[in-house]
Order: sequence, then structure tokens, then C-alpha cells
Amino acid sequence: MDWEVVIGLETHAQLATHSKIFSGAATAFGAAPNVQACAVDLALPGVLPVLNRSAVDCAIRFGLATGAAIASRSIFARKNYFYPDLPKGYQISQFEIPVVSGGTMSIELEGKVKQVRLTRAHLEEDAGKSLHEDFHGLSGIDLNRAGTPLLEIVSEPDLRSATEAVAYARALHRLVTWIGICDGNMQEGSFRCDANVSVRPRGQSELGTRCEIKNLNSFRFLEKAIEYEIRRQIELIEAGGVVVQETRLYDPDRDETRSMRSKEDAQDYRYFPDPDLLPLHIDAAWIGEVQARMPELPDAMQQRFIEQFGLSLYDAGVLTASRSMASYFLELLPYAANDAKLCANWVSGELSAALHREGLEIQDSRVSPRQLGGLLKRIQDGTISGKMGKELFDILWREGGEADALIEARGLQQISDVSSLEGIVESLMAEYPAQVAEYRAGKEKVFGFFVGRAMKASGGRANPEQLNAVLKQRLKAE
Amino acid sequence: MDLANTSLRQLASALHERRISSRELAQAYLGRIERLDGELGAFITVDPEKTLAQADAADARIARGQAGPLTGIPIAHKDIFCTQGWLTTCGSRMLSNFVSPYDAHVIEKFAGAGALILGKTNMDEFAMGSSNETSHFGPVKNPWNLAKVPGGSSGGSAAAVAARLAPAATATDTGGSIRQPAALCGVSGIKPTYGLVSRYGMIAYASSLDQGGVIAPSAEDLGLVLNAMVGFDARDSTSIDRPAEDYTATLGKPLKGLRIGLPREYFSGGVSSDVAQAIDAALEVYDRLGAERVEVSLPHSALSVPVYYVLAPAEASSNLSRYDGVRYGHRAAQYADLNDMYERSRAEGFGPEVKRRILTGTYVLSRGYYDAYYLQAQRVRRLIVNDFREAFEQCDVIMGPSSPTVAFGFGEKTGDPVQMYLSDIFTISVNLAGLPGLSIPAGFGAAGLPVGLQLIGNYFSEGRLLQAAHGYQQATDWHRQVPDMARA
Amino acid sequence: MALTDTDLKRLARLARLRLEESEITGLQGQFAGILGLIDQLQAVDTRGIEPLSHALDLGLRLREDLVTETDQRARFQSVAPQVEEGLYLVPKVIE
Repeated sequence: MDWEVVIGLETHAQLATHSKIFSGAATAFGAAPNVQACAVDLALPGVLPVLNRSAVDCAIRFGLATGAAIASRSIFARKNYFYPDLPKGYQISQFEIPVVSGGTMSIELEGKVKQVRLTRAHLEEDAGKSLHEDFHGLSGIDLNRAGTPLLEIVSEPDLRSATEAVAYARALHRLVTWIGICDGNMQEGSFRCDANVSVRPRGQSELGTRCEIKNLNSFRFLEKAIEYEIRRQIELIEAGGVVVQETRLYDPDRDETRSMRSKEDAQDYRYFPDPDLLPLHIDAAWIGEVQARMPELPDAMQQRFIEQFGLSLYDAGVLTASRSMASYFLELLPYAANDAKLCANWVSGELSAALHREGLEIQDSRVSPRQLGGLLKRIQDGTISGKMGKELFDILWREGGEADALIEARGLQQISDVSSLEGIVESLMAEYPAQVAEYRAGKEKVFGFFVGRAMKASGGRANPEQLNAVLKQRLKAE
Repeated sequence: MDLANTSLRQLASALHERRISSRELAQAYLGRIERLDGELGAFITVDPEKTLAQADAADARIARGQAGPLTGIPIAHKDIFCTQGWLTTCGSRMLSNFVSPYDAHVIEKFAGAGALILGKTNMDEFAMGSSNETSHFGPVKNPWNLAKVPGGSSGGSAAAVAARLAPAATATDTGGSIRQPAALCGVSGIKPTYGLVSRYGMIAYASSLDQGGVIAPSAEDLGLVLNAMVGFDARDSTSIDRPAEDYTATLGKPLKGLRIGLPREYFSGGVSSDVAQAIDAALEVYDRLGAERVEVSLPHSALSVPVYYVLAPAEASSNLSRYDGVRYGHRAAQYADLNDMYERSRAEGFGPEVKRRILTGTYVLSRGYYDAYYLQAQRVRRLIVNDFREAFEQCDVIMGPSSPTVAFGFGEKTGDPVQMYLSDIFTISVNLAGLPGLSIPAGFGAAGLPVGLQLIGNYFSEGRLLQAAHGYQQATDWHRQVPDMARA
Repeated sequence: MALTDTDLKRLARLARLRLEESEITGLQGQFAGILGLIDQLQAVDTRGIEPLSHALDLGLRLREDLVTETDQRARFQSVAPQVEEGLYLVPKVIE
């Protein structure tokens, strides 16, 4: 049978605030257990929540960036369930009226753009962590993360493959980091996805039974977990079984998903409006003020790079992969006489490779836009060859310095002047008369032999175009 | 000093004029508690050492000439207010080992005013009860008749003030928990407008209804204490930021022309005859003071009890989920696994009434019932609020009984929760609307037990309510009557 | 309406309250009364009436994004049933 895969993603983006969503405790990652869990986070008797303005600001920013509706009045609700990492016995979230509704994300697959609809995005608090290392057969609870602000972003079930799901997650990741509402650090859990996966016979309109795979904190796991889950569901149905709606966990070591037993008993979260929190009002002035601070968005910038600089969709995508990548590129351009193609090649080529090699982010690059620009300028004016440029880049990366000074000090200038090149060519012709004769007898392959020898003789500095011209002219001359 | 007949203002002047020291005053009250509270059961915790240390600090402050009206005055606090370094139990086994690591806003306010913490008063468990019979620490007795209940849930605060074991006590009111025990114990009690007293550090029962307030012998005393207690607190999202008010400022003003709204529904049966007579007599006093009677209607008031017993348990079921034996509070000694630990700790830690309300709340919020119960109750709540809005277009103060009967006997209503719930029929709607309400002694009913007159005001009209109560107390002496115990 | 013992057990499980078999009959009787009381609401015509969560008709006040809390772990954990290395200990959490 031909199966259609239907996927929707729920993404939790940890918001980049200093303090928690309902308390004044710090949100910094990596503190000793429970030192960032204040009375409110611990749910001591009598404590109360007070909403962090910045968390709301982040939600508004996200809503504006995705063309969603921002609710002028939204409601915080309690989601009731018991878990040791949930100190109040309920999570403060939003249920019936979320702060953000609708909106779309564009994703790009093999050069084609697809619109993915968003259902909603709502504010909520994160839970703490259960550590399962053995404390005499007990679990340890660290509540530092409890109360960290999250934006839960829910997509419509518009995704049709694991690849699309990953493309969507990547686009979302790029957007939330771009607009500065999330640091995007997936290892630290700042950006994690739950995937709702179902399959149905192609052509069927109603959805199949879905399973929710929880807490996927890398794009690779997201892809593998979905792929496994699709296979599992199809095999199950084809073997005559039925998919049971349940929550599953991905085990990367075994590359499989398995049922979460603890979530098995039918949940009844008993949502109701949190009586400790009045309705959240957001007026047009606030929205306008957030809009005024909004940077150019990645999709728009990507489009502009294509139109304004004539870059390919791919190149424009690489350069807008992150806001810091884009700013690097934009800063580099004027140093390199606005040769966008050349800049794009170098940023996505040598620079990205070097960053990747050392695991650095572009904002930590050892070669600044000004340094790289200095180098590109000398390629443009023919002072050095492209190949020489790469060597020079390595030197700049390792040792720092300025392109011009290094070229001067190390004699890296290209040899473009005809008489020097003629000198080299003539001595080679004197050295290899047999090969000269072969060439003249019509064996043109010998030409490459002379190019190689001449390059070697020039220490690699011969201007390749000039050299070709001189060689052709001299070899042909009887 | 005759503590039975000394008002707070008189105590304050005695302290300021150095006729008595704060230490002597604290010792006098601590001595009375020591002597009388054994049979009354009004206090859960007293800690003379801590109280006397505060008294010494207050005496020093008075000596420096930096005293305010409450400096050096001992005040008892309902054991629902988190008090740093003090056991704070909320009347429950669940918190019977909980020494609070922080202070409620209210406790901070009194500390700032220089008042002393006299002790922590007994209460119905998690403020759920109308007779103080649900406390893990045993019942509180009514000082007027030890075989009768003091009312609840602030029964300890009301009994302590009635027996003059404290000059004033803090309390909280979710459905009548200040006004009903004040009525049953023959003292004055005020529940301010929702949002005036911070709920930070006040252990939650039903968050949209809970409000802190005061119990004291007279309206004037209430005003003095309220002045220190009311105040904006950024840690409570429902705290109201408005300019400070002196609630004693209008106390002397005449009541001529005051329009008293008498809801038809409060005077058409459902009230025992002794209470009805006392209320009638009280209204006649107001007639003589020049007030006008206006008949008003609160057509949905009978529905306030069912609305309350949906909304309050719903909020409570969620508010009490934090008591799971993980971070503080009771944890069962034996358990098989995590769930068993939760279930046993909570089953052991909570008493039967608390469990009933948690189960009721869980039920009305559960899938399939939410719309029929919870949302429907919220809609009827709006109807009740609208009734008051219309009534206050015609009157300044609404009056009626605080409780349908005088104090009842122990065990009389414990077998039937609904009968107990109906004790609060006149007080609950005030919480649903978030309005201020006050109860003052208005004579005696059957067997010489006190009757309370309830005054309900529009939002933020505490000053006017206290003025109306004070006018009455200037014309009567019910509030000066004390049980024999108070003279002991 | 009455609650069956299955209903009661489900509620008790949701609320994490251990119920002894001996308590169930008594609770059913009390619930019959409580449900009788709250079922009065079903007869009220509330068409067109918005639910009211709060008597205060106000919007939510917000706090500025400032870290105001300091480490008080030792104090907060002094009232905890079981802690080790700064962690609250509970029976093993099974996922």
C-alpha cells in the first residue's frame, strides 16, 4: 500500500530572559542543583506567580515574525498532574486563549518553498529535572529549571516526511535565534521538539492514529525518531495491528521509540484559568513598539540577497542561516568592493570550513570581516591567485595579521609581468626540447606539462592566465 | 491593667506614655494564654521567648520615639500566614512539621509597624470548615460556652479575641471564615475588598476568594489593625495598588442619611428566630441614628452556596497539589514506590474535609464535567456579582445576619457536610463578588450566645463600613460584653 | 446524580489520595449530598452570560525581567524530608 505520512511538531523554545517566567530566580544554565530554585519555584506554601514582561515580549516578537495574531487578551491556565519535577502539581500554561494564534513558516526543500501553518504559540513554565543516577535506588530532583519561560510553538500537521519535519525545525530554530528570543542551544535543552506522527493510506482524508514522540533535542534524533516511527506504524498496520495513541520516547542508542509507561494512564489535566493570574492584556502600542525593534527577518533577507546580489537560493540560504552569519557577510561586502558572489563563496567555503573544523560560531571567527575583505581585495586586483588566497587565509586564521602586510613580507604577489614569465618559459623550453617538438607536432597534451613546470619554477606565484598566454605564444613560435 | 476592657487605642497610648512596657503587656497576654488556652484551644503555637524578644525591641523603639500606633502591641496570627522561624501548620498534619523559611507580606507589614507576634492561632484545616472542628490540632471552643463551636475557619483568632487572649488577631476569609466565627464569638471582624491585603505567604485555599482581614473587639480596633495590614505587594499579581487610606479617619462621622440596603432574600426565612430578633433590634438602632432603610434584592444569593462549593474546591484541589511530600511537609514512613508515596503522604497528611473538597474539586474540573459544573458556576458567579452591582445603586451598605444561627454544638453538623456548608449562606456571596464585609456583635440569641450583624459594602468602602459599625458601637455596648472567661 | 466506587477511585487516583475500601461507602453518601447541592446550578438559565473567573476586572500586572532572588537552598532544604547533594530525593521516577 502507498502510505502518506502526517507530522505535526510541538516545539519548546526556552526564552532568553534573565529571570524566570513567574519568579525573580536566575535562568542561567549549569548552576549547582537547586541554587536557582527560589520560594516561588519550589512552590512553598503561600507563594504566588508574577509574570515576566520579557517573556511576553518574546511571544509578541515571535507572533509578528510569523504573521500570527497576537491576542489582546489571553489567559493563563493550570495543567494539573503530579510529577516530582513539577513542584506545584500543576504547570502554568495557556490553554483556551493563547497569546499567539496562527502564522506560517516557510521551509525549503530541494529548491522548493513550502508554507507550514502554525496553530498557536503559548507561554508556559518549564519543569525541573529528575536525575536518575543512583542515589541508593532513588531519583534526585533539581528544580533549577523549574519556571524557566518556554514558548510552545505548535504546527499544523502539514509536514509529510521526516525531511520536511527537520527542515521545519531548522527554519524555526533559525527564526527564534534570529529574533533573539531563544539561544537555540539544543544540548542544553533550549530548543526541543515533540513530534506527532501518523500514517494513512494515500488519498484518505481522515488522519490516522498518532503517536507523540517526546523531547527530541537534536535534528538528527528528530529525523531518526520520525523515520523509525513511520516504519513501526506502517509495519504494524500491514501486519494487521492498530496504532495506539500514546506518548513515546526515542532511544538514540537503540535507534527506536518506545512507549512511556509513566504517561500511560489516561491523563485528565483538568485545565482551568489560573486564579492567581489575571488576564494578560497586550495593546497595540506594545505590539507596535516590539515591531519597531524587529530586525529584518531571515526569509526577507534571503530573498533580498537573491534579488539584490544575484546570489543563488542556496548561497543566500547559507548566508542567512543565522543572524550573525548574515551580519558577517554584510560587514564583509564593502571591504571586498561589494563583490557578493566572491564574498559568498568565501564565507560559505573557506570560512565555514575553518569554523566547523574548530567548532566555532561565526561571531567567534578568528578572521574578521575586515581581514577577510583585505584578502579578497587582493584576489580581485590580481595581486594573488585564488589558490594563494587560500594559503593566505590559513595564515590569517592561524596567526592573524593583515593580508597586504603578509603578501609583502612573504613575497606572495602573483607574477603577472610578461617578461618575467617569458624568462621562465624560455629556460624551460631550453631544458625540454623534446617536449617542445612533441607539442609542435600536434601533441597538445604536453601543454599541461609546461604549465606545471612553470608554476613550480615560479613558486606557485605565476598568474595562471598570463602564463597560459605566454606559453601558447612561445610554444607556437617556430 | 484590665485587658478585658481596654481597647487597642488605649493600649497604644499606655505604651506610648510608658505606663506599661511592651514586655509587660506581652507577658500579661502570654500569661492569660498559659492559664486559659488549655481548655480553649485557640492557639497552635506560642513562643514566649520570641515574643518577648520582639517586645524588647519594641520597647527600645518606643524609647527612641519612633513608635507607630501598633508598636509594642501583641497580635495573634492565624496559622495560615507563613511566619519565618515559626511553625506554620495551616491546621493540618501535612504541615505539622513546617517551620516557614519566609514571612508572608502581612507578617512583614506588622513587623514593620513594630507589632509583636503573640502566637499562631488554630483554624480549620487549610481553612476548610465552619466550626473549627477539622483542625489537626483539635477543635477550638467557644469562650461563651465551651460546648459550642467558635465558628470557622478562623475559630482560633475569634476565640482568642473573645477570651481576650489577644487584643487583635489576623484571619482570612474565603467564604465567611472571618465574619462567621466573629459573629459566633461575639467579636468584630472585617474581610476587606479582594486585593487589598496581599495573599503572598497566606497559604492558599481558593485563590480567587481568599482574603486576609482582622478580628478584634471593636470596629475602631479593626481600623487600626487594618491600617497596618493593607498595602500593595508586587509579589501578588492580584494585589491592588492604590493610595494608603486611614481606616479610622471617618469613624466619628454621623450616620444620618446612610442608606441601608436590606436584601429581601436575607429576611425571608432560613434564619433562626433569635438571630432574626437581634438583627431587627440592631436595625432599629440604625433607625435612631438617622439611617434610612432601603429594600433591595439579591435574587441569586441562594445559589452562592452551590457556586462556592464548585469553585472553591476546584481551586483548592489544584492549590493543594503541591503537598506531595517531596520538598516539605508530611511524607509517609512506608511506601512501595513514587505513586504510593504521593497517595499515602497525602492520605495521611490531609483530614476528611480536605479530602472531600479535593475530590469534589477534582470531579468538577474533570473531563466531561468542566462545562456543566465549573463554567456554569462561573456564569452564576457573574449573576451574583451583577445582583450586588444593582443593589449598590440604591444603597450604601447592605445589612443582614452574619450567620443563620448562633453557635452550634460540637458534632452537630459534622456528619452532614451540606448542613455545615449552609452555615455560610450569608457570607459566601461577598467573597464571590470580592466585596468588603464586616461582622459586629449585635446582642445575644438562644442560650446567651452572641449574634453577629453583617455589613457589606461596595468595593473599597472599608472606611464607610467601619464608620457604620463604629456608629452602632457608640450607641450600644454589645462589643464590650465579654464571656466570663475573659474576666478570669 | 451519584458517584460509583469506580468514579471515586478514579478521582482519588487523579488527586493522589489513597482511599481505603472502608472509606468509600461513607464518601459516596456525602458526595450524594454535595452533588445534590451543586446540581442546583444546572437549573439556572445562563445563556449569554460570560463565565467570571475573578471579581477583579483588571489586567495582569507584569514584572520587569530582573534577577532578584539569591541562593537560599540550605534554608529551603532544612524543611525537606530527604535531600542529598542539594537534590530532593524521591522514589525512582520511571519514564
